[in-house]
Amino acid sequence: MIKKFLAVLMVSIFFCSTAFAIMINGAGATFPYPIYMKWNKVFSQQSGIKVNYQGIGSGGGQRQFIAGITDFGGSDAPMTDAQIQKAGGDVLHIPTVMGAVAVSYNLAGVSNLKLDGDAVVDIFMGKIKKWDDPSITVLNPGVSLPAKDILVVHRSDGSGTTSIFTTYLAKVSLKWASQVGKGKAVSWPAGIGGKGNFGVAGQIKANSGAIGYVELSYAIKNNLPVVSLKNKSGMFIKPSLDSTSAAASGAMQSKKLMKMVNAGDFRLNLTNAPGSGSYPIVGMTWLLVHKNMKGSSKGAALVKYIKWALSDGQKYAPELLYAPLPKSVRRKVLNVVDTIKL
Amino acid sequence: MKNKGDVWFKRITFLFASSIPFLLFILVFILLQKSLPAIVEFGPGFVFGTVWDPLADKFSALPFIYGTMISSLIALAIAVPLGMGCAIYLSEVSQSKFKEYIAVMVELLAAIPSVVYGLWGIFVLGPWLVKIIPGMTYGTCMLTGGVILAIMILPTITAISREVFQAVPYNLRESAMALGATKWECFKLAIFGPATSGIIGAIILGLGRALGETMAVTMVIGNRPKISASLFAPAYTLASVIANEFAEATSDLNLSALIELALILLVITILINGVARLLVWKTTLKYNPR
Repeated sequence: MIKKFLAVLMVSIFFCSTAFAIMINGAGATFPYPIYMKWNKVFSQQSGIKVNYQGIGSGGGQRQFIAGITDFGGSDAPMTDAQIQKAGGDVLHIPTVMGAVAVSYNLAGVSNLKLDGDAVVDIFMGKIKKWDDPSITVLNPGVSLPAKDILVVHRSDGSGTTSIFTTYLAKVSLKWASQVGKGKAVSWPAGIGGKGNFGVAGQIKANSGAIGYVELSYAIKNNLPVVSLKNKSGMFIKPSLDSTSAAASGAMQSKKLMKMVNAGDFRLNLTNAPGSGSYPIVGMTWLLVHKNMKGSSKGAALVKYIKWALSDGQKYAPELLYAPLPKSVRRKVLNVVDTIKL
Repeated sequence: MKNKGDVWFKRITFLFASSIPFLLFILVFILLQKSLPAIVEFGPGFVFGTVWDPLADKFSALPFIYGTMISSLIALAIAVPLGMGCAIYLSEVSQSKFKEYIAVMVELLAAIPSVVYGLWGIFVLGPWLVKIIPGMTYGTCMLTGGVILAIMILPTITAISREVFQAVPYNLRESAMALGATKWECFKLAIFGPATSGIIGAIILGLGRALGETMAVTMVIGNRPKISASLFAPAYTLASVIANEFAEATSDLNLSALIELALILLVITILINGVARLLVWKTTLKYNPR
């Protein structure tokens, strides 16, 4: 009796699921959540394919994707080779949009602070303790900096923003790379932690003499004072959507990155990119998909979605304060998407 | 022969009642199961170590245990005298209309969401403490965390203590008054004794809230996993680190270590509740000998 009932139930579930339109499920990073929502809405209107994305965090996104719960994952931090091996070696990182990390501060009367990589590293290491330290004043001629203590503010929650920021610090400083490292959560040598962009910005606002980092879109929306950072070409650049896209184009000039791109690996480190207009603290966010989707009923729909997101979808990026991928990068990504086995 | 309806009434309510131990059992079971990798990897050293480095996959709990205990103790040190004093005034001293308004406000204080307390802590309480306390440079530290917790548990302690005082039989008061006791003597002799067990209960409920409070504390305590003797230094609590790192923890060991922290928090809560039970039981025996 019960068996019969279950059989009927399963058959009816089967028919229900085939009768409705295809539904692609994904979960992961919260940083690209607003634009994925926009994409999912527009894409489903145009194609009838429903995409469901839940912003549960990059860590959870990777885990659910590896466990096969979702059809694709979202992540702000690339998976390591070891993690990919654990997932069966069958993972493709598809960059979708880019973001930047702004360094914000609270110093009354100082409106255009300039810093270089070494100064940022030493501040976050806790080595530079006062605002009138020579290594800061030398970068800001004509600006009178107070003899105030520096309060470092970092994220307390695991975050893609921290990942991009520490990737930059590790790139410009061997000391940072070996003593602290890069990742979504690190063991900070100095300072206090704020929860979320909002928490960090709040601590900066409440404490005179504070310095911290927030997502660029957050800094723009809230009109926070931001540091002009010295890039690889020696120019002081403010974070913006344009200087973010410029960094991606600049990074593509690197032979090492081109080699990765040609091998279909888009886990690109875009920090401290060459080019006069490049802002140095820039990163991508990725969709995680399987290279081999043979036998999956949703594979074709997922590929269609990715292709749309990387072409028509990109125009929605700036209004939501994401930097679109440069055309040159998009072309390369689309080539790789074509190699997905269906 | 028992009534058939009563038999079913008993069975059904028994089912409801047993859902509590069952829930507790599966909760502890899952916590143990999921924290097993961390327990195996770090052993008892997990409780006493001071390193928390997600990149190196090295985890230990002491800075969080320390932060949780100290911030809660600061909260109790402030909220217990304040809350008790308030409850005594409301229950025993005042006869004016004014006390009704205070009672309502105490309840309002309890209804404020903790994220609002956190915000207020960042922008108002922290800078204010910096102004009035010499030696404090930044408003984000253990002390601010303790003070915000004190404000949050104040309504709990006040409201329950007040109920407890009012539950003391009226004839005890009358007897004391009849013997010529002043208001203070009446409270000291007739009310405080019988109310002791209830007061301990109120304090423990407050402590329970302080130990588990997450959002408000994480916003003002600085989230730094380091043991520092200074109350002006940033600290970190068990509940805060779980809330902060759980969503983005990538490595299995990191996740497992966070769950072991939850297990430790549960054990601390159970221990404190056990001690409180014991105290309540002892004082009850003293004043209501069977």
